[in-house]
Amino acid sequence: MSRVFRWVYLGLIYAFLYVPIAVLVVYSFNSSKYSTNWQGFTLKWYGQLVSDSPLREAFVNSLVIAFASSVCATILGTLAAFAFYRYRFVGRKVLYTFIYIVMMSPDIVMGISLLMFFVTLGLATGALTLLIAHITFCLPFVVVTVYSRISGLDRSIIDVAKDLGANEMQVFRHVVMPLLMPAIIAGWLLSFTLSLDDVVVSFFTTGPSFDILPLRIYSMVRLGIKPEINALSTVMFALSLVTVTVAHLVTKEKT
Amino acid sequence: MNRGVFRFISVGSTVSWIVLFVVIPYLFVVLFSTVSYEGLISGVIDLSLDGFREICSSVFLEVCISSFSLALGATVLTLLVAYPYAYILTRLPEAVKRVMLLLMIIPFWTSSLVRTYALIILLKANGIVNSVLLYAGLIDEPLSMLYTQWSVFAGLVYTLLPFMVLPIYSSLQKLDWRLVEAARDLGATPFSVFARVVLPLTMPGLIAGSTMVFLPALGLFYIPDLLGGARSMLIGNYIKNQFLVAGNWSAGSAASVVLTLLMCLCIYGYFLSARKARTESMGGMP
Repeated sequence: MSRVFRWVYLGLIYAFLYVPIAVLVVYSFNSSKYSTNWQGFTLKWYGQLVSDSPLREAFVNSLVIAFASSVCATILGTLAAFAFYRYRFVGRKVLYTFIYIVMMSPDIVMGISLLMFFVTLGLATGALTLLIAHITFCLPFVVVTVYSRISGLDRSIIDVAKDLGANEMQVFRHVVMPLLMPAIIAGWLLSFTLSLDDVVVSFFTTGPSFDILPLRIYSMVRLGIKPEINALSTVMFALSLVTVTVAHLVTKEKT
Repeated sequence: MNRGVFRFISVGSTVSWIVLFVVIPYLFVVLFSTVSYEGLISGVIDLSLDGFREICSSVFLEVCISSFSLALGATVLTLLVAYPYAYILTRLPEAVKRVMLLLMIIPFWTSSLVRTYALIILLKANGIVNSVLLYAGLIDEPLSMLYTQWSVFAGLVYTLLPFMVLPIYSSLQKLDWRLVEAARDLGATPFSVFARVVLPLTMPGLIAGSTMVFLPALGLFYIPDLLGGARSMLIGNYIKNQFLVAGNWSAGSAASVVLTLLMCLCIYGYFLSARKARTESMGGMP
């Protein structure tokens, strides 16, 4: 393949990835409401975002759920990865395979099974059910991320700690956890973004009493294109950009 | 805390979470697919296969066929875009490679809904693509690109591209380029070098990528919904409607069971073909 062709191909791919986002960002500052022409710089769409209280509420709800579910999933997932590494128990292999299956299975199946479970139990869908659902789909990603690092650990480190009189909890807290920190942070950030972006599972597991941002955007987009959505999307894009940069810096520094 | 207690907590929390929120809810789906829906309303559990009978209709068959062709089309298109990209990438210097990969992954971290919305803006009748084409004089009137099969494909490729790129890239990274040189020295044409050396050796990555694109493409109901204007019903939409619109839980559950079985079949097929590709690439050694 000639050099020119290569760069043209790469250029096209990146154009495909970035032009839609760039257009969105530019339009969010366009003062014209309907026309696609540029009619001057404005911040009024951002102003409307701030004054739209249901939207603000959905945004806060999303952040709260993303934070709570990613923290819970990280704690559970790190413990699980440690258990898979350290202990032999009945069904260990089956459980690990199961975690992979949960990770690969379509979101819609998880969403529906949880919806039926909650309805049958008589639980009204809302913040609690949404939190449970988000922890459930984030958990496998944390387990896999942390386990891939823990499996490279030298087992003799644990033996040394035990010989020096550390109990199991101290081994986990003071020896294994610090060594795993980059993977734990990576798993946490992955969970946070997964939770913030999810549409399919949330669609089934939250109720009208608890609106979250992706579902709010979904219903807004279905009704048509509005300049406020451009502004909102720009904010969300900036937010994930900051998260990725932080993730990159943190994992780079610690390793 | 002694070993036994800590072991109990760490193993127990994982097992109970998975059992309570994955296994039991899934058993509910299986249960609801085998009880009659009429009985369910009146509070009686009576076994029937009405749910499965319901989805044996031509409607569901049509839904299945259109979902599969859509997911398959998206997989093939993603593959065609991703393979040359990954190939070009592996031939670049190490530092450039890293930046390029990061640039590929960044959009993947943003909400796929936001990216789908961005495509709508780009493709709509008075959108930027049409404006550019009109301005350049390539077309006389705006093309209708949104709400077609192609806009749905574009949305799926846009969302799922990294899932295809990363496995192919990692198998190309492991490729021993001396084999390619040897094939060239022995007089192979560029085409046969690709078809008989590079492609078979990167088959595991290709299969992994295809599975990781095909499975989500079956379930992402909001992309066809927003970009296709709800003109074609897909498995995802069908299940969603059975639960939330028609209120027919038996049929919805039966469809979920069928979807899961198909998915397990795909994963099983992936394991088989990945193993086959691995043994073949080692020169037929087991």
